[in-house]
Amino acid sequence: MACKKTTTKASAKKPVAPAKTLTAWDKVQIARDAKRPHIFDFIANVCSDFEELHGDRLVNDDRGLVAGFGTIDDEKVLILGHNKGATIEENMESNFGMANPDGYRKAMRLAKLAERFHNPIVTFVDTPGAYPGREAEERGQAEAIAKSLEFFSGLKTPVVVVITGEGGSGGALAIAVGDKILMMENAVYSVISPEGCAGILWRDGKMAPQAAEALKITADDLLKLGAIDEVVAEPAGGAHKNHKTACANVKKAVLKAIKELKKFSADELLEARYAKIRSYGNFY
Amino acid sequence: MSWFEKKEGAQIPPAKALWAVCPKCKSHFEKSVWKDNNSICPKCNYHGRLSARERIAQVADEGTFAEVFRAVSYSDHLEFHDATGDYKSKVEATIKKSGETESIVMGTCEIEGHKAMLGVMDFSFMGGSLGTGTGERIARAAEQAIAEKRPLIIFCASGGARMHEGILSLMQMTKTSAAIGRLKDAGLPYIAVCTDPTTGGVSASFAMLGDINITEPKALIGFAGRRVIENTIKQKLPADFQTAEYLEKHGFIDKIVERKDMKHFLAKMMGFWGF
Repeated sequence: MACKKTTTKASAKKPVAPAKTLTAWDKVQIARDAKRPHIFDFIANVCSDFEELHGDRLVNDDRGLVAGFGTIDDEKVLILGHNKGATIEENMESNFGMANPDGYRKAMRLAKLAERFHNPIVTFVDTPGAYPGREAEERGQAEAIAKSLEFFSGLKTPVVVVITGEGGSGGALAIAVGDKILMMENAVYSVISPEGCAGILWRDGKMAPQAAEALKITADDLLKLGAIDEVVAEPAGGAHKNHKTACANVKKAVLKAIKELKKFSADELLEARYAKIRSYGNFY
Repeated sequence: MSWFEKKEGAQIPPAKALWAVCPKCKSHFEKSVWKDNNSICPKCNYHGRLSARERIAQVADEGTFAEVFRAVSYSDHLEFHDATGDYKSKVEATIKKSGETESIVMGTCEIEGHKAMLGVMDFSFMGGSLGTGTGERIARAAEQAIAEKRPLIIFCASGGARMHEGILSLMQMTKTSAAIGRLKDAGLPYIAVCTDPTTGGVSASFAMLGDINITEPKALIGFAGRRVIENTIKQKLPADFQTAEYLEKHGFIDKIVERKDMKHFLAKMMGFWGF
């Protein structure tokens, strides 16, 4: 009797509400949340040390894309990542993570160095897109992205990509070519922003939630499409609720990927990477 | 990223049926004048758009063009639909109207006797957008070019990636770039011809990866759209921004080649490199 009573009492407790199924548009909001971990939050929580290095050796040091060598447990790696900035001043300086050609060229310069000394590369992708500016065009934004795609396709060192927030089109893709593509649970990755797509195909930017749905931009969708390899879980409510747990999950997934990839020779790695790239959307 | 389409059922005013307007200098010509001048503006020398077939006829030696990969067409893996309808119907209508099955026509040919793999994009096919079929054709072309030791030449004309095919259209930027990287590693040349317009994801992949990048007078070439840039930087851009001439001045184009000289120029360059 007593036992039965207890059971009844327990089940009478307020049931845990089932997790709300987030729409693609909900995830866009989470992915863009200013409190979401930024590149330097990831670096602080994932690396035991980090030395940032600057400049493309041509014209500039782009603050929209950060690069440097760091240590993750016992792995010496090159870190590349978009930098949205944590304060208004930083946002302005880094164009909210919209990199210039100089940023992509800095990334390639240091990736070449990493290749020479067999450092794996870890990239953190979080950008609305490549910067649409006058100088960016004059200095060859298109060429810099194109070169990056060709360059990372043939780079002889393991590359692990983590889509952490917004994977905005070509500006994201330029540092998202690699052997293992990880994506955080609430991140989004798309060929065009939902607003941009809605503006063109719906002729109304307000239709962005519909466009977000149609474009299939969430981690689960992209896993099904074969565009990414693994989804990294986020703490309840999203990465912005608990940076430590979010970063710990990322660290674990990155280390596992590096250890797997280090088993391959450079040539095996390149063949596998090419086969993966070749398989994207091959329905024919 | 953007691409353009005619609104269905739009009425063509009678004047438009008779007159061709140069999109650059806005001069009016009788349509026959425009056409007889090979779609080049008699006044400002803007080199207008050509269909893929017109272009092939002007570049390939007569009777040498053998089309490949025609069965590689589009894919509606997202079952994409927007306010104006579904992607599948739009692209099927385009296929029916144009007779093409993708935004690039690919084939082997000879150019003044030089063997080549030639790809020509057609802007009238979904704005020349880069779909999974387009990317697959280019990757296969690069691989066949390696096997047959042919230089690769691609005439680009595109608004960018095809958003109806979502993330996998973006991935074609990587696929084409990786395949072209392999072609170069195999010791073969790649010539990119950026014709009007070459923008967005196409400019940010195979269009800018030529061992030489060439173009035609007054072609529009750029990554981001003019309006997007002006809204971002809150400034007016110069009139010649993102033109062939502007890009040549800034060092991203090797040469602006007139249409009448294009075939000979391509042949000559292949000759320089021993092909």
